[in-house]
Amino acid sequence: MYAQMVDTGAKRLRTSEEMSPEERAFQERIDADIKIEPKDWMPEAYRKTLIRQISQHAHSEIVGMLPEGNWITRAPTLKRKAILMAKVQDEAGHGLYLYAAAETLGVSRDELIADLHSGKAKYSSIFNYPTLTWADIGAIGWLVDGAAIMNQIPLCRCSHGPYSRAMIRVCKEESFHQRQGFDIMMTLCRGTLEQKAMAQDALNRWWWPSLMMFGPPDADSVHSAQSAQWKIKILSNDELRQRFVDQTVPQADYLGIKVPDPLLKWNDERGHYDTSPIDFEELYNVVKGNGPCNRDRLRTRVKAWEEGAWVRDAALAHAEKRAARSARKAA
Amino acid sequence: MNRDEQLFDYLLRIADSDLVLAQRLGEWVGHGPVLEEDIALTNVGLDLLGQARLWYAYAGEVETRFAARGRCEDELALLRDASEFRNLLLVERPNGNYADTIARQFYFDVWHRLFLFQLSRSGDARVGEIAAKALKEVRYHVERSADWVIRLGDGTDESHAKMQAAVDELWMYTGEMFESDATDQALTIAGIGCDASALAHPWREQLSSILSEATLTLPTGAWMQSGGKRGVHTEQLGHLLAEMQWLQRAYPGAQW
Repeated sequence: MYAQMVDTGAKRLRTSEEMSPEERAFQERIDADIKIEPKDWMPEAYRKTLIRQISQHAHSEIVGMLPEGNWITRAPTLKRKAILMAKVQDEAGHGLYLYAAAETLGVSRDELIADLHSGKAKYSSIFNYPTLTWADIGAIGWLVDGAAIMNQIPLCRCSHGPYSRAMIRVCKEESFHQRQGFDIMMTLCRGTLEQKAMAQDALNRWWWPSLMMFGPPDADSVHSAQSAQWKIKILSNDELRQRFVDQTVPQADYLGIKVPDPLLKWNDERGHYDTSPIDFEELYNVVKGNGPCNRDRLRTRVKAWEEGAWVRDAALAHAEKRAARSARKAA
Repeated sequence: MNRDEQLFDYLLRIADSDLVLAQRLGEWVGHGPVLEEDIALTNVGLDLLGQARLWYAYAGEVETRFAARGRCEDELALLRDASEFRNLLLVERPNGNYADTIARQFYFDVWHRLFLFQLSRSGDARVGEIAAKALKEVRYHVERSADWVIRLGDGTDESHAKMQAAVDELWMYTGEMFESDATDQALTIAGIGCDASALAHPWREQLSSILSEATLTLPTGAWMQSGGKRGVHTEQLGHLLAEMQWLQRAYPGAQW
C-alpha cells in the first residue's frame, strides 16, 4: 500500500439528506457494490481523492524502483540478479497501469509526474529509507511487499473499476515478490553468522518503517471515514497494521531473528500481538520530506526525467515527421 | 588447447558478452527517459542475462571434460578476473547518454542476430539449441534498437547530433566482432562455431540501411580496437566487475 494520509477534502460525512440526487444515486451504487467506471458520474471530491490515492500509489512504484535498483548491479548470484531485475520491472509495470487508471479520471501522466517532481504529490514514506546491504532486498520483499499486499488485497474490491482491476493484477505479482523476499531472508538466516547478522540488522531497520506504511493511527486519520464510505479504503489503518504484525511475527520466529520491539507480546485475550507505541513523529517527518533519502530519491527521479527530455522530444518529432510523410503519400 | 578447451573458451566469449551487456542495462533501471523504456531495457537485459546463464551452464559441463571439475554459473561469472573475461569490448563501454546506449545495443544486436543464426545450425546440438532459443529474443532486440536509432537519428537536431556522435564514438569497437582467431577457425572447421569474418558484410549492409533511414552517416574510421577475446579489456571492465562480483568476493563460500 503505497497511499498514506490521502486527503479527501471532507471534514465529516454527509448524510443522505444532505446529498444531491446525483450524489445519492452514486452512493447507492457504491453501497450496492456496483463499480464506478470512467464514464459514470462521480462527485468531484471522489474523483480528486482517487487521483491523489492512485497517483501516490503509482509514484511509490516508480520511486520504489530506486532502493531496489540500487542492488541490481551487486546482486550476489545471477539467479538473484535475474529475479531482482524482473521484480523491479514489475514495479515499473505497476506504475504504468496505475497511471493509466488515474488517466481515466481526467488527468495526464505528465501532469502527475510534474506534481511528483515539484513535491506536491507524495509517495510512500517507506522508499525514503536506504538499502544498505543485500539483506535489505530480502527485507523489502518480505516486509514492505508484505505490507503492500495486506493493503492492496482489500482494494481489489474497491468501488472504482479501473483501480480495482489494476489492484488485482498488481496483487498477483506482489505475492511473488513477497515470497522471493522471504526466500532471501531464509537463505541468509541459514547461512553464515555474518549473513544472519545482516538479516537481523535489516529487520531492525525496516520493522518500524514498515508498520508506518499503514499510515497514522485511526484516531488521527481524519480522511478515513469518507474514503470508507466511498469504498476506496476498505479496512482501517490500525486493522491492517494489526493483521500485518500478527502475520509477520511468527515468520520472524521461523527465521530465527528478533523483531526489534521489547514490548512485543501475544495477547491471548485480544487474540493479537501487542506492540510498543509507534513513533509517528518519524512518519510525519518523513512524509514532510525529512527522511534519510527523500532528497536523493526525488533528485534522482527529476534528473532521469530531465535528462530524458531530448529522447522524448525526439520520439515525438519523429512520429510527427512520419505522420506527415504518410499523409503526403496518401494525398 | 584441445577441442573442448577451445569450445569452453568460445562459450565464455558468448556468455561474457551477454552478461556484461546485461549488467550495463541493469544500471539503467529506474533511470530511463520514460517508463516504457525502463521496462524495455530491463526486458532486453533479462533476456541477455538468461542467455548468459544457459551458455555458462554448458561451459561448466564442457569444462568437466578437461578439468577436475566444471564451474557453476556463479563461479564463472563472479569469481573470474577481468583478464579471464572474453567479452567484446563494445559491451563493456559505459552507458553514456541514451544515444550511446542505443548505438552500443544496435551494433551488438545486428551482429548478435547474424551470429546466433549461424550457431543455430551448429554441429554441436547444445550450441544449436541455445542459439535457436536466444535467436527468438534477439530478433526483437534488433527491431527495437533499430527503431530507436531511426527515431533519434530522424528526430530533432539535438537527437540527430547525439545519435551521430554515438555511432561514431563506438565504431572502433565493432571490428572485433568480425575477427577470427585460432579458436574461431578451429571451431568453424569442426562445424561447431561460425566464421566471424563472414558476418562483416551482412552486418554492414543491415547497418547501412538503418543508418540511412535514420539520416545518419555510416562512420568511416579505419582504426579498430580489439582485445576482448584475449582478455585485454578497456579500463571500464574492471570497475564493472568490482561492483558485480563484490559480494561473492567479500564473503567467500557463502550461499545467497
